[in-house]
Amino acid sequence: MKPEQITQASSPPPIISVKNMEKVFEDGETKVNALNDISFDIPRGQFVAIMGPSGSGKSTLLHIIGLLDKQTSGSYLFDGKKVSDYSDDEIAHIRNEKLGFVFQSFNLLARATVLENVKLPLLYSDTKESLWDKMAIKAIEQVGLSHRANHATSKLSGGERQRVAIARALINNPQVIFADEPTGNLDSKSGQVIMEIFQKLNAEKKHTIILITHETYTAELAERTIHIRDGKIESDKLIRARREANNFIK
Amino acid sequence: MNLYQAFKTALMGLKANASRSILTILGIVIGIAAIIVVVAIGDSAQAMILGQIGGLGSKTINIEPGREPQGPSDMMEALYSDSLKERDVVALKNKANVPGLKDLTPNVIVPGSVSYQGETFRSMNFGSSSFLARVLDIHPIEGVFFGDEEIKQRASVAVIGSKVKEKLFGLSTAIGENIKIKNKNFRVIGVLPQKGQVSIINVDNVVIIPYSTAQKNLLGINYYHSIMTEAESEEIIAKTANDIKLTLRELHGITDPKKDDFRVMTQADMADRAKTITGVLTWLLVSVAAISLVVGGIGIMNIMFVSVTERTREIGLRKALGATDNNILTQFLLEAVLLTAAGGAIGILLGAGISYVATIILSQVVAMSWTFTFPVSAALIGIAVSTLVGLVFGLYPAYKAAHKNPIEALRYE
Repeated sequence: MKPEQITQASSPPPIISVKNMEKVFEDGETKVNALNDISFDIPRGQFVAIMGPSGSGKSTLLHIIGLLDKQTSGSYLFDGKKVSDYSDDEIAHIRNEKLGFVFQSFNLLARATVLENVKLPLLYSDTKESLWDKMAIKAIEQVGLSHRANHATSKLSGGERQRVAIARALINNPQVIFADEPTGNLDSKSGQVIMEIFQKLNAEKKHTIILITHETYTAELAERTIHIRDGKIESDKLIRARREANNFIK
Repeated sequence: MNLYQAFKTALMGLKANASRSILTILGIVIGIAAIIVVVAIGDSAQAMILGQIGGLGSKTINIEPGREPQGPSDMMEALYSDSLKERDVVALKNKANVPGLKDLTPNVIVPGSVSYQGETFRSMNFGSSSFLARVLDIHPIEGVFFGDEEIKQRASVAVIGSKVKEKLFGLSTAIGENIKIKNKNFRVIGVLPQKGQVSIINVDNVVIIPYSTAQKNLLGINYYHSIMTEAESEEIIAKTANDIKLTLRELHGITDPKKDDFRVMTQADMADRAKTITGVLTWLLVSVAAISLVVGGIGIMNIMFVSVTERTREIGLRKALGATDNNILTQFLLEAVLLTAAGGAIGILLGAGISYVATIILSQVVAMSWTFTFPVSAALIGIAVSTLVGLVFGLYPAYKAAHKNPIEALRYE
């Protein structure tokens, strides 16, 4: 079943729309086709898991739809507009205002406090500095780390660090949150907490979430999974028996 | 991101590596400090020299033998030149030739020391006349100065400085005693007051004898080492100097002013020359110090490259979170500029401190009034140059940082 068939005609355009996307990496004389003829739409508010073995091209796909990289050919409409029409600075602003990133290795500033880390995206926004603390505290609250707000992130556990990263992704109230193997470096208990947060954000705040994972039981927490292999979409399906994160521990 | 936030971000980056930041700016600190020291000491040396030239009286015009030195070989020529003789003195004294000339004295320098009963002192021995005493404003506190009569008779009399008196005679009376210069006896007829440096002469160390005696009896020469003249008033100095030149040229049969075998220098000329010499010296030293600024700048560039590489992930993260290329460029450029500007500020303080201490020590050592002046212009230039060094040497690393691909940067281990 094609996902387009389930979106209604009257609804707003999909937040992400990819058509015939290709990505070729050229390194001297060797050419690698990382992505081949990829097409899909992601409607607003969907929780999508992109799955595939390592080297399948899933990270490359995430980088392109996360506006960190550009496709070689094909079209990409973000929020109904062609990405290729934007300048580099405009793309940076979209990343800042509409996208949130959570990485496998957290990528926090080690010497800064939780609060400072969460505020970091605001440095590149037009938000008045007087509002920063309030916004950051609210974001930290959403991931349940209020008691740690003034701790240095280097003193936190892996799970706590990833929650800081999520709070940072949330601070600008983004339309889409990209998570690249967010539980990959965590034990399953911490991983469960992270996935619970994602599910809650998706259910309550209607954030579109695009999750990259190679773990089937993590992917099953999403509502739709796209399988990628050798740069091609192998399958794209809605999950019928969606699981709740709070009972996914083995 | 406004400027204040940019500064805060840059400062945070520097604080993260505080000790490295401090070591990095040492080169700039030393470079700027060296420039400040050189300029400060150069300025006060110049002020001192100009002050001393002023001590000679503004109406004085000095005539020296030899050409204006054009190169190293000319120096020797000037040293051995014997173009100023008795006939020049006679011609210059003639009011028809130089109407504005009030008075003059030939000067003869007698190298060597002076002795009295086994005590020897390395004095500065001048053959001159009472005109010198008037120009330098030195009048004996004991005894008298010799007059024209003694010069005519080539009398063996001497007027001595206070230090000469103290070294040779201690507390006993000097007047009437015979001192020896070049094995010839001179009777002391005057002792000068303690006066220190006046122009190029340390009055306390002089022994002044009649120029005729010095020329004929001691050196056996028929020329003078210089002729010191005084114009009637300050207004006619230029004209008088010109008249002197014309008179000497005619007398020496010179038609081409470039071939003058004498030099006529007014106080303004001497001041200009002193300014030129100290200025050239100062700039020479400043350019040497400036090299250390370049070296310091390269050090900054090196560390900025290390910093950019080290923080590749941070750069990728910031870009993923919405930083534009310009945001990153600004951050790293500001870090470099903050480093060098701080280095410049510290260098200025350090340099001012060193030159203040150096001034105190120098004035003790050379016993001259050497005053400390804080070189404001050099300090401003120092701040500007150190900031510029940061901009120039920080630009390339910052550019590299700004153009990092966010994916590559995030993947970087």
